[in-house]
Amino acid sequence: MSTVTLKSGSRLQRILSEGTFSVTGECGPPKSADGTVIAEKAKLLAGYVDAVNITDNQTAVVRICSMASAHIAQDNGVEAIMQVTCRDRNRLAMQADILGAAALNIKNVLCLTGDHMSFGNHPQAKGVHDIDSLQLIRMFKDMRDDKKFQCGEEMPVAPELFIGCAENPFADPFEFRVHRLKKKIIAGADFVQTQCIFNIPKFKTWMEQVRAEGLHQEIKILAGITPIKGAGMAKYMKNHVPGMDVPQEIVDRIAARDKGEPQQAEGKRLAVEMIKELAEIEGVAGVHIMAVEWEPAVPEIVEAAGLLPRPTVA
Amino acid sequence: MITAERKPFDEILALIEGREKVLVAGCETCVAVCLTGGEKEAEILASELRMKAQADGRELTCEHTAAIRQCEWEYLDMIADKVAEYPVVLSMACGIGIQSMAEKFADTLVLPAVNTNMLGMPQEHAVWLERCGACGDCVLGATGGICPIVRCSKSLLNGPCGGSHGGKCEVTGPNNEEIDCAWQLIYDKLYAQGREDLILAITPPKDWSKSNSGGPRKMVREEAKPV
Repeated sequence: MSTVTLKSGSRLQRILSEGTFSVTGECGPPKSADGTVIAEKAKLLAGYVDAVNITDNQTAVVRICSMASAHIAQDNGVEAIMQVTCRDRNRLAMQADILGAAALNIKNVLCLTGDHMSFGNHPQAKGVHDIDSLQLIRMFKDMRDDKKFQCGEEMPVAPELFIGCAENPFADPFEFRVHRLKKKIIAGADFVQTQCIFNIPKFKTWMEQVRAEGLHQEIKILAGITPIKGAGMAKYMKNHVPGMDVPQEIVDRIAARDKGEPQQAEGKRLAVEMIKELAEIEGVAGVHIMAVEWEPAVPEIVEAAGLLPRPTVA
Repeated sequence: MITAERKPFDEILALIEGREKVLVAGCETCVAVCLTGGEKEAEILASELRMKAQADGRELTCEHTAAIRQCEWEYLDMIADKVAEYPVVLSMACGIGIQSMAEKFADTLVLPAVNTNMLGMPQEHAVWLERCGACGDCVLGATGGICPIVRCSKSLLNGPCGGSHGGKCEVTGPNNEEIDCAWQLIYDKLYAQGREDLILAITPPKDWSKSNSGGPRKMVREEAKPV
């Protein structure tokens, strides 16, 4: 990691660069103008995660934008990772937004392709897809490191960013996944958060490939965890969420408990076990906990996984 | 080829509501090949409109005609006499033909009877698949002859997203049918060709100004102009 990027002032970057096992969380903004929802979620996670992802119209459903939400989250005690998808904005809007985000002291950005419009609440929308997530990473890197817009023009003050990407080790073609991560590193990604992991053996195989290429030395890898709230959610993710690999034994394990609190408790136990197992894998620098609309479960899981207290950064 | 689908009958009826003389104009080129708007389909639509009018007790004079190509002036001359008999024409040509008709016959109300949908190919009998986005900057040389602009749901240029599974795209077609993941096809093809370096390299942002983002396009071949 270059000294240039360390100047970003990102708390997450500092913690990762010190080699501390990191924890990030996730906060989905509401489908209304009620910013207090984000403030409350942020307060809930502050002190339990090093930074929190703020999703960008996730699943192609309109919500408070990620920049405003990231700002609110930071005002409420937790550093934000602003997600940016290629679905809703062209290169002009993305660059304008990242300048605005940097001006608002947002330090971390996660570059994503974005869920397709057909999955969301405006399936008739025109998808933008002016650039893809790799090109987005490179564009932000060039803005940060070379003070250059995508068109090549220079700017006097560059956005200082810690640039992240996502990767799904469970998508196909499986053999290409590690190459895609490598491409993202070359494009300029500093950290990667993976798709939520349920199939640990397959993730370990992917990590072997990552280590064989030496990529774990070049990028900080945060393993994705989603605590399962109930058997219904497990089945839904297994059968209906694109790119998700949920082994039947996981579904059975949750379903073996009574509905409600017992299944939730089992879901949290499973998440804790998985975090501990993932932390043992060479090259895993932290976990990214995506508790979808179940943020209150996060503090308990982080504590039970032995990840408290979170480090303070000068 | 250009493909088109006939508009729903009710939409066509709404377009010609209150009109008593309507000519249905087919085109014998692309839309005839895709069995949507050739002379035969024009004849069928004219017949359907007459029957509907009769059933509703309305007056309607409706005939059909067809141009060899509605998108070229000289072929439009060949149907000009018939068009002159009608104040309203329902064109079954692609959008190019419809506009050519509207421009050529300025005193006639030219209305679309089809939705032009793609540049496609007949994959099998009666099945057409989109193959080209006419983006103005062809990338097929680097993608194993498979177009990611129209065949990838997100027009990605750097490999498959996380929604590629078992060779299929996370997005499904209009009738919920599975779509092949274009990048799985590209990946397989480039590796089979020993050209995997092309998928491992980073492809920079595309120049969309060469597509319709740059405004209506115009092509001039100076060397072919009459002297």
